[in-house]
Amino acid sequence: MLENYVPIFLMIAAGFGFGLVMMKVNEWLGPKSPNAEKLSTYESGMEPVRSARERFSVKYYMVAMLFIIFDIEVVFLYPWAVSFKELGMAGFITMTVFITILLVGFYYIWRKGALEWD
Amino acid sequence: MSIWIPLIKIAVIIGTILNSVIVLVWAERRVSAFMQDRIGPNRVGPFGLLQSFADVVKLVMKEDIIPRNAYKVIHDLAPIISIGIAFSTFAVIPIGNSIELFGENVKLQVADVNVGILYILAITSLGVYGLTLAGWSSNNKYSLLGGLRSSAQLISYELSMGLSIIGVLMIAGTLRLDQIVELQASYIGGWLPAWNIILQPVAFITFVVAAFAETNRLPFDLPEAEPELVGGYHTEYTGLKFGLFFLAEYANMITSSAIIVTLFLGGWHFPYIENLGISPFWLSLLQVGAFCVKVVGVLLFFIVIRWTLPRFRYDQLMNLGWKVMLPLTLANVMGTGLVILAWPWIRNLLGLT
Repeated sequence: MLENYVPIFLMIAAGFGFGLVMMKVNEWLGPKSPNAEKLSTYESGMEPVRSARERFSVKYYMVAMLFIIFDIEVVFLYPWAVSFKELGMAGFITMTVFITILLVGFYYIWRKGALEWD
Repeated sequence: MSIWIPLIKIAVIIGTILNSVIVLVWAERRVSAFMQDRIGPNRVGPFGLLQSFADVVKLVMKEDIIPRNAYKVIHDLAPIISIGIAFSTFAVIPIGNSIELFGENVKLQVADVNVGILYILAITSLGVYGLTLAGWSSNNKYSLLGGLRSSAQLISYELSMGLSIIGVLMIAGTLRLDQIVELQASYIGGWLPAWNIILQPVAFITFVVAAFAETNRLPFDLPEAEPELVGGYHTEYTGLKFGLFFLAEYANMITSSAIIVTLFLGGWHFPYIENLGISPFWLSLLQVGAFCVKVVGVLLFFIVIRWTLPRFRYDQLMNLGWKVMLPLTLANVMGTGLVILAWPWIRNLLGLT
């Protein structure tokens, strides 16, 4: 059973290994002549103004939090979907109740304006 | 089972993806040139086919610049994450039926696991780390904004992607990709191929839209919108580290096309070919060919769309993801459930057997 996963780990290792090797090859073959201008932050040719470590819109955090809620729901739906035919009507009604509760929350965040971008 | 068979499969798959990316980049440039009434790359090799090889060689010989303010370890790690994730996804996709080789029955799939689709979803959602870390570690405002935008976009569309697969799962009743393809290799009413594009048209459309968003293709390429953000998350990358991001993007495109083909377009199944009386070995090879043809078809669709549609604004993008795609996919799940439950009754009504 578990040996089915060995090829997956080999594939992941091969993918990451490929990236690492290519990067090292580039480091090894490419020229190295750094200077202050080259190493400064790129800002369309201007002198960089302040740093990038500043505050940014809270919207991105909101999206991340909403994502977690809905993604858990999606994962919860997977086992249900796979055994849907065995569960029959009872399973369908259970999930309808669950999704209805979730839609109430969805309606709330929608009306609250959490999905608005300006 | 010896360790050599999976290793050979991995080598073949990664080699094929790499070569396909090189041809794909060339194809994209030629098609875009054709659509814009230009000529496109035609000097290096026949029809310019070797142009992308030349570009790779050029990138390898370029200086690897790490900005002074960048966080070096993560700056190095981000492209490796991107490319590693892009390759790993292909591990569970069946490119053909099993085939007799060297006296052994070989499945044309790197890893045959029973959680195939969950694996794909899990791995593709890791892909967001590559872009976000690249954007953050560069310590550049353009990169940071590009990384933030891409992470918000990817996670928003991942929901619709996961939800549109559920309709397929309800019909198939399994997470194994090879079984999903085998189920599609039958016929409705004896003649219509039971591909999921016919059984789940809404899920197909939402999945394709989500796939465009997940691969940052043009109607959704906000993370690197050139007029606003220079290069987006890879502004501060040079040489092959930039090349790895580029490669990962195109490898993701190939993987997405393969997933679309596997889930909705019948995978390696080519209608009626199994009735022609071809020997099993050649039949399997022809099915691999059918799979490749379908993937190329979807890729061409990706390219044509890129040069046809204008870019979304960011609020339009988020509106589409949350206010249209999410309710639509949920409705599709419920609708599919209703139809499956009512199927015996509908079948009697229509007089089908």
